[in-house]
Amino acid sequence: MWLYFLKRLGLAVAVVAIVIAALFAMIHAIPGDPARVALGPRASEELVAAFRERIGLDQPILVQMGNFYVSLLRGDLGRDAVSGEPVLRILLSQLPDTLYLVLGSILVAVVPGVFLGTLAARHRGSLIDRVTSVISVSVMSIPAFVIAIYLLLIFSIELQWFPAIGAGEGVLDRLHRLVLPSLALGLAWIGYVARILRASILEEMNEPHVRTARAFGLSENRIMYDYVLRIAILPTITVLGIGVGHMLSGAVFAEIVFARPGIGKLVFDAIISRNYPVVTGAVLLTTIFFVLVNLLADLVIAWLDPRVRHDLAG
Amino acid sequence: MTLPADAETASRTDAGGRPRRRASSFARLVSDPLGALGLGLIVLTVIGALLAGVTGQDATALNPIDRFQGPSAAHWLGTDNLGRDLFTRVLAGARIALTLSIGATALALVIGVIAGLIAGYGPRWLDNLLLLVFDAMKSVPTVMLALVLVTMTGPSLYAVLLVVVIVNAPAYGRMARTQTLAIRSSEFIEAERSLGAKGGRIMFRHVLPNIIGPILIVAAMDIPVVVGIEAGMSFLGLGVRPPTPSWGSILYDGFSYLRESPWPVIAGGLPIIVTTLGFTFLGEALRDTFDPKIAGRK
Repeated sequence: MWLYFLKRLGLAVAVVAIVIAALFAMIHAIPGDPARVALGPRASEELVAAFRERIGLDQPILVQMGNFYVSLLRGDLGRDAVSGEPVLRILLSQLPDTLYLVLGSILVAVVPGVFLGTLAARHRGSLIDRVTSVISVSVMSIPAFVIAIYLLLIFSIELQWFPAIGAGEGVLDRLHRLVLPSLALGLAWIGYVARILRASILEEMNEPHVRTARAFGLSENRIMYDYVLRIAILPTITVLGIGVGHMLSGAVFAEIVFARPGIGKLVFDAIISRNYPVVTGAVLLTTIFFVLVNLLADLVIAWLDPRVRHDLAG
Repeated sequence: MTLPADAETASRTDAGGRPRRRASSFARLVSDPLGALGLGLIVLTVIGALLAGVTGQDATALNPIDRFQGPSAAHWLGTDNLGRDLFTRVLAGARIALTLSIGATALALVIGVIAGLIAGYGPRWLDNLLLLVFDAMKSVPTVMLALVLVTMTGPSLYAVLLVVVIVNAPAYGRMARTQTLAIRSSEFIEAERSLGAKGGRIMFRHVLPNIIGPILIVAAMDIPVVVGIEAGMSFLGLGVRPPTPSWGSILYDGFSYLRESPWPVIAGGLPIIVTTLGFTFLGEALRDTFDPKIAGRK
């Protein structure tokens, strides 16, 4: 297990390093001199040269790249090109709103997803199974931003049940305003959760310990909730782990449509205003988050399934 | 001697055996109600795309006096904030959505499969390197990747194409690699090698036909995702540039004037839903029909 853990960790670090290198290359591929972009067209040649020296642009490219890695390791993601504030601080100030949204979306995905998945598995092959399967596939395929706009149109503008913009003040107001964005972002994952849960319940039902429980005369409900679901839910957790990464990036749409503060809105605004340090910082943060969550998911799988770790360690 | 068995395996995929199997599979595909529905929705979209330009209206013609109109005989889906006919724009958008999603998926497929074949058939170090590249490409969240790329290249169709290739190619690459590894030491490949066939010939003439089936199905199932990526990027102003109509940009224009009229948003969103559902239903049915191995995993 330790060998597997180390290998997997090394792989994750390598992946992040490659992404950073690609990001660095991209920043340098952007046309125009960053110093001139930062100082504006009226800056004198001396000023531009001094600025280049100050932020290290006059050094060889490999040294610049090395410096880039070192400052990242220190948690320094650079400074906002407009306000001069550290990018990390800006990102962390926006992170909670996005995390609430992701949390809400997980709730939206899990509660109906587990219900539908269990229902489908218990009535395997029946009409109920078929209908849940169609519902799962349908919600999985419709893009989240289309759902977001339709929800806004129906529930905020036509019915006026929910406010259309902002994150709100106070707990109740915040929760109220979280409903539609969470629905938009989480709806697709109802399908993923229901599907994977159905499959793993059906697999688990054939296990000897479940048959034994049945032979002892335990009720079907008891078998489902005390024996089957406890184990069958594990792959679902893994899928949700991956889902968190996707939701974090999909939050861009929900935050724009519902005019909520958050990482997604921040990046989008930063792109419009060509505020590159904020863009790269946010991309890096979400990528690292994504890689970490995937690593965690893989480790959980390996912990549950020895075959996987032997394949990789061998 | 296991040669006869291998010959049989090979003959299952050769040209002679195909037509009969394909005909019965098609019948099975449309006998699945979901598959038939999916096919119907796609045919509807394709007809829409083919009809683009024959409604007698210009998708970019401005007519501010008629703006924000509801559906009528003259404007089947109403008009947008600039008085443009939404039905005409939706049809023109269908053409862009279909060409781009199928084209981009095909490009990602070609690049991914070639890289995967090389990873699976080539030396170990190259395999490890390519795997690392696949992993790195897959680990950047799609929306973030799109945002960064567009910051560099500016919004365009090519940016969408690039995003789709980076997002989807690694999955095809990984599949191709795994399958190649599985058959690279089988006897019919060994036989080819001992007859003096070169690496390229073995990869493309012998390995490729044996591994491409499941990858094609996965690619078909990715098309709705790509339709979503194109629409999403155009919605954010990162894809197709105005005044070219894309479903995403129709949606964005409608979203900006949501309080004036719901019709632009309805007109922009419905075709996205119809197309993604169509491709997803068809993809599911395709998978169930052609690849029971993948189907068993669901």
